[in-house]
Amino acid sequence: MPGNDLVIDVRGLTKSFGRKTVVRDLDMQVRRGEIFGFLGPNGSGKTTSIRMLCGLLRPDSGAGLCLGYDIIAQSERIKPHVGYMTQRFSLYEDLTVLENLRFAARLYGLKSPEADVQGALERYGLTPFSRHLAGNLSGGWKQRLSLAECTLHRPRLLLLDEPTAGVDPGARRDFWDQVHGLAAEGVTALISTHYMDEAERCHRLAYIAYGDVLASGTAQDLVSGSGLFTWSVSAARPDADLHGLGEALKREPGVDQVVIFGNALHVSGLDESGLEAAVAAHRTEAFVWTRTGPGLEEAFINLMRGARLE
Amino acid sequence: MNARLFSPGRFLAVVAKEFVQMRRDRLTFAMMIGIPLLQVVLFGYAINTDPRRLPTAVLSADNSEFSRSVVSAMQTSTYFKITRQIGSRDEARRLLQGGEVQFVVTIPENFGRDLMRGERPEILLEADATDPVATAGSTAGFKEIVNRALARELKGVLGDLASGQDPVDVRVHSEYNPEAVSQYNIVPGLMGVVLTMTLVMITALAITRERERGTMEHLLSTPVTPLEVTLGKIIPYIVVGYVQMLLIVCAARFLFDVPIQGSVVLVFVLASVFIAANLSVGVTFSTVARNQLQAVQVSVFFFLPSLLLSGFMFPFRGMPQWAQCVGSLLPLTHFLRLVRGIVLKGNGLAESLSHVWPMVLFWLVVVAVGLKRYKRTLD
Repeated sequence: MPGNDLVIDVRGLTKSFGRKTVVRDLDMQVRRGEIFGFLGPNGSGKTTSIRMLCGLLRPDSGAGLCLGYDIIAQSERIKPHVGYMTQRFSLYEDLTVLENLRFAARLYGLKSPEADVQGALERYGLTPFSRHLAGNLSGGWKQRLSLAECTLHRPRLLLLDEPTAGVDPGARRDFWDQVHGLAAEGVTALISTHYMDEAERCHRLAYIAYGDVLASGTAQDLVSGSGLFTWSVSAARPDADLHGLGEALKREPGVDQVVIFGNALHVSGLDESGLEAAVAAHRTEAFVWTRTGPGLEEAFINLMRGARLE
Repeated sequence: MNARLFSPGRFLAVVAKEFVQMRRDRLTFAMMIGIPLLQVVLFGYAINTDPRRLPTAVLSADNSEFSRSVVSAMQTSTYFKITRQIGSRDEARRLLQGGEVQFVVTIPENFGRDLMRGERPEILLEADATDPVATAGSTAGFKEIVNRALARELKGVLGDLASGQDPVDVRVHSEYNPEAVSQYNIVPGLMGVVLTMTLVMITALAITRERERGTMEHLLSTPVTPLEVTLGKIIPYIVVGYVQMLLIVCAARFLFDVPIQGSVVLVFVLASVFIAANLSVGVTFSTVARNQLQAVQVSVFFFLPSLLLSGFMFPFRGMPQWAQCVGSLLPLTHFLRLVRGIVLKGNGLAESLSHVWPMVLFWLVVVAVGLKRYKRTLD
């Protein structure tokens, strides 16, 4: 059954708090074994959407299935198969690593809790810390423990809400290796993040802003769908004023974005001839000019601007 | 000039910031204004350590003008308020036991005749002295009240009876706590106070902590239900509450030598109602408080009146009517009467039930409010 291949299939989800609509008409389809990136600015409704998917919040309108169960009527049947990792560390800081895992094992009613807990400790390299208080772990290890805890009951769907915020690059890479390993075992993951490099590690992405899904697809789809044209500019001489050039370019009508990447500027525009005209006006020997493709970040900022203009 | 050590500009910046934060934190603000106001009202108006107009029953077998005069003098002294005339010793016992009256005055048969014959009849004041503070003033003044009343009557022909020896033999029996040991009253009462502290504040804190730290959200994403979480979090504190009660009973018995007249088991069984009432307050407070500090603050607003208006620290009957009304709503008031009744008076289940139903009522009302709030916080 092809329809059964969708782990998340929701349409028209809407949720308001008071008069503020946090999520508006959200449609989302996520396939089995997929790592689905959920991106958007702060306060764009990502956390609220995740809470609706795992039955913590009841949508005001809309409907859908999560793991084949109705997200409104059968939220209690969804919970045993979902692992939810909240944005903030939400295990007990005053329990040890082992105690936290054992507690989770009992909440999920696992058949062989001790073996599962030991398995998780080994898989995530937590064995040496098993008797440490969770509150004393460093950020990267807390995040590992959270992942170990929310995968303990072998969920079919992981909902990870900004799991790598504030974690160093090494730990983030380990984390993504773990998530890809789980996906290879058939686990589906929905991950919200602000990091562009992480977005590129997802199979598919959705970009949500102010309650609306603005775009979705693979990272390449989003970049090529952005319709942006980009030039990369770097200094050819030590006295070249890159910052001044950037400010001047921002004032040009054909230029939509100027972003500084260390020693280079990325100048982008939606209108190719307008951008070329702007570049021609400023093109001097003091800088090195190269035509390049837009990045994911430019594509997202472009989406966000469009949402604000509406 | 060492301007680096103390800069007025920096100092004023901190002061100004503090005021802005104070204004934002409404509950702290309410507490800073509310607690002093509450204390002024409670200490200034509600509390009176020399209670007057205490309910008194008269058991009089004599209808002479002398006995009428004594009773009316008691009334005008403002210490006593004659609330009923009774006909038997059994009734007297029952009223004292149930705490309905503070005093019973017994005037024997032929009181007037014996008085005129100079036979020094006996007049008996029985006091419910579980709280020695409440009865101290009245019992001390009783002899004087009686003698003065009779002195007025015994003028003229009977004048010589008034001179010399007192014309009557005034007896005062302080029942239930004859030596007027205030610990006898305080220590059993502590059970209620400690339970109120533990169960209201600690449960409110424990539940608010889960919400504040984000662990509640995580818990609710697992198959565990809100009922399992709430009950699971409450039960350990009930156990703690019983351990505390046991400690206080042991202290009462072995450290303070409180004579335990009734059944400790009965106290423990009926305490379950009181525990339920307090837990419901704690859980309801946890739905109001957004963080642990607020949970403590809200609990203080409940704890302070409980301590002061329940009759734990100050005599209940010494308070004005409005304060007694507020006090009667609080579960601690009724639990204190229940515990003191069982421990000091040897009350059984029958005498205790009148103190149980107000706690049940309180519990039901708070549970109704709490459930309404609880549903709202889930979404």
